[in-house]
Amino acid sequence: MLPGGQYNPGTAMLDVKDLHVEVGGKKILHDINLQIGEGETHVLMGPNGSGKSTLLMTIMGFSGFTVTQGSIRFKGKDVTGLPVNERAKMGMGIMFQRPPTISGLKLGKLLTAASGETKEEIETYAKAVNMERFLERDINKGFSGGEIKRSEILQLSVQHPDFVMLDEPESGVDLENISLIGTTIGKLLDKDKHIVHRKKSGLIITHTGFILDYIDTNQGHMMCDGMIKCHGAAREMLKEIRERGYKECLECSK
Amino acid sequence: MQQVNVPGSLTAEDRERMAQVGIDLAMTSRCGSYLQLNQEVAHATCSESGIEVMSIADALEHYDWLKDHYWKVVAKDKDEVTKYVAAQKNPRGYVIIGRKGSKNILPVQACLFLGREQIQHVHNIIIAEENAELHIVSGCASGKHVGKGGAHYGISEFYVGKNAKISFTMIHTWGEEIEVYPRSAAAVEENGTFLSNYVCMQPVKKVQMYPTATLSGERSVARFSSVVIASPGSLLDLGSRAILAARGTSAELVTRAITRGGTIISRGEIQGNVDGTRGHLECRGLILKDGLIHAIPEIHGSVVGTELSHEAAVGKIAQEEIEYLMARGLSEEEATATIHRRIRVLTRRGGTNSGRNGPGWWSTRSRPGGCGTRGCWPPCGRSPAICLSPMRSGLPRTRTVPSPSGVARPSPSPTLWP
Repeated sequence: MLPGGQYNPGTAMLDVKDLHVEVGGKKILHDINLQIGEGETHVLMGPNGSGKSTLLMTIMGFSGFTVTQGSIRFKGKDVTGLPVNERAKMGMGIMFQRPPTISGLKLGKLLTAASGETKEEIETYAKAVNMERFLERDINKGFSGGEIKRSEILQLSVQHPDFVMLDEPESGVDLENISLIGTTIGKLLDKDKHIVHRKKSGLIITHTGFILDYIDTNQGHMMCDGMIKCHGAAREMLKEIRERGYKECLECSK
Repeated sequence: MQQVNVPGSLTAEDRERMAQVGIDLAMTSRCGSYLQLNQEVAHATCSESGIEVMSIADALEHYDWLKDHYWKVVAKDKDEVTKYVAAQKNPRGYVIIGRKGSKNILPVQACLFLGREQIQHVHNIIIAEENAELHIVSGCASGKHVGKGGAHYGISEFYVGKNAKISFTMIHTWGEEIEVYPRSAAAVEENGTFLSNYVCMQPVKKVQMYPTATLSGERSVARFSSVVIASPGSLLDLGSRAILAARGTSAELVTRAITRGGTIISRGEIQGNVDGTRGHLECRGLILKDGLIHAIPEIHGSVVGTELSHEAAVGKIAQEEIEYLMARGLSEEEATATIHRRIRVLTRRGGTNSGRNGPGWWSTRSRPGGCGTRGCWPPCGRSPAICLSPMRSGLPRTRTVPSPSGVARPSPSPTLWP
């Protein structure tokens, strides 16, 4: 897809059509349409509670997020009814905002299981995000905000997803770590490659936009009250929000 | 130690079911053994010096003083079950005595096997004298050929002396038509430790029990850990109670309950009646298939200086963890097995504060009845839904699945464990 151009189904990574989602019997998302092409990175913005995380969780296929209408297609295949792990195997990956703690399971063990790679390879990946000391620790147990994010990034790195969803990758991260996390996400999204060779796609939730200093993005989407209200250039939209807040977006009836 | 004398009436299947509940008929990892089939005592033996294993009939005949431990912590007229057992003319069951300062590294095993439709009744007395340390694995199983009905009534009285310790691990593999009514209680003296582990992963019609530990000696400790899985049609009504009756005593009651369609009632009670006492009660429940987990934790504190807490959680938490692992590409079975194993690991940690009854008990020998997974503790029986091992599921350690984009993607290895 060319910036601002028409959606071309031949190169679509993700195609969400007319999606309606309920959580616990309550309607949360209405009529969501979203297309992300191969090699593209999109940004999802919007006030707290507008349904951004719900959209990510629904795309990944978590239980409790019931699709009442519409479809999610991934790489041309309808995945609306597929379990989480099937979607992961097809190449979807997610970075959790608040992942659960899993006592009794070491991070290194999960990485080996998730990737099938050797211990040495895992260590190389871990070193890249300063996580080598955490391989023998229980997943997320006692991790700081930044460590949780690095652990998530590490898990994604060994997973090699073709499409990555990132839920506020910069929250709780100090200024020093944000550059490490930003650069690593950039690599996950092929941002170090020439645009012609870029195959990986992404969908990022951000409030601050700090992460956009490290990742070039194609498009931004503004979400309010469970609907995508408008599309545009992510940086420009963030600038507007910074200056005027969400008020106009909420009132917008476009 | 010589192989125990096993009655010829036992079929290969019976032996396998015994192995599932931790009974080692070859005696390579046991120091003593008691085997009762229906109401027949097959043998009672122990090679460890200072530890005696005998049938209760023999023990009552030999030791006059034993009557002071007979129906003392469990009351004869407690309920129908105790009354039934008390009314029997020929008492059955075992007595295990750890004499002063004795210690066993390999545990004593006790097997109560039900091979016929009937009521099996036993009365056990377990005594650890001053400074003794006694480890016991009690395996209860029934033969496959048991048809309709059958019940097991088991009275167990535990006496933990000064500075002594008893660790008692009870594993059940009963049939779908069998009802089980253990009635147990423990009295723990100064600095004593009573560890009780309970494992039940196979279908059973009903288990009902509510063992009580009374900590009457200062600084004594009780810890109850249970791991149970309720299959459709099973009713597991389980509880444990600790009475903190002396200064410095503490108790921890931990239950991990999983339902695959059956009903689990997880009760628990801690009474803190004295200053300087602590207790914690915990139940984690996981609902795999619609069933029922009903946690009823109770804490009673009657003085300022007691600290009691309880924590119960059912369902969601584990589901979140399972899906987290699935988002990394693990299948639901692998993720579930992982969370199960974690549940078991936590329980084992809970039951081993000395490290003595550590993994060696289980993992150094192969488990004929187990699923074959090295990480699987305790021997899980054969249900692949519960424990999916790479060997049994026939999956290679890594396999490649072509991804829709045509690039081969290594799929997750089902083996998470070293």
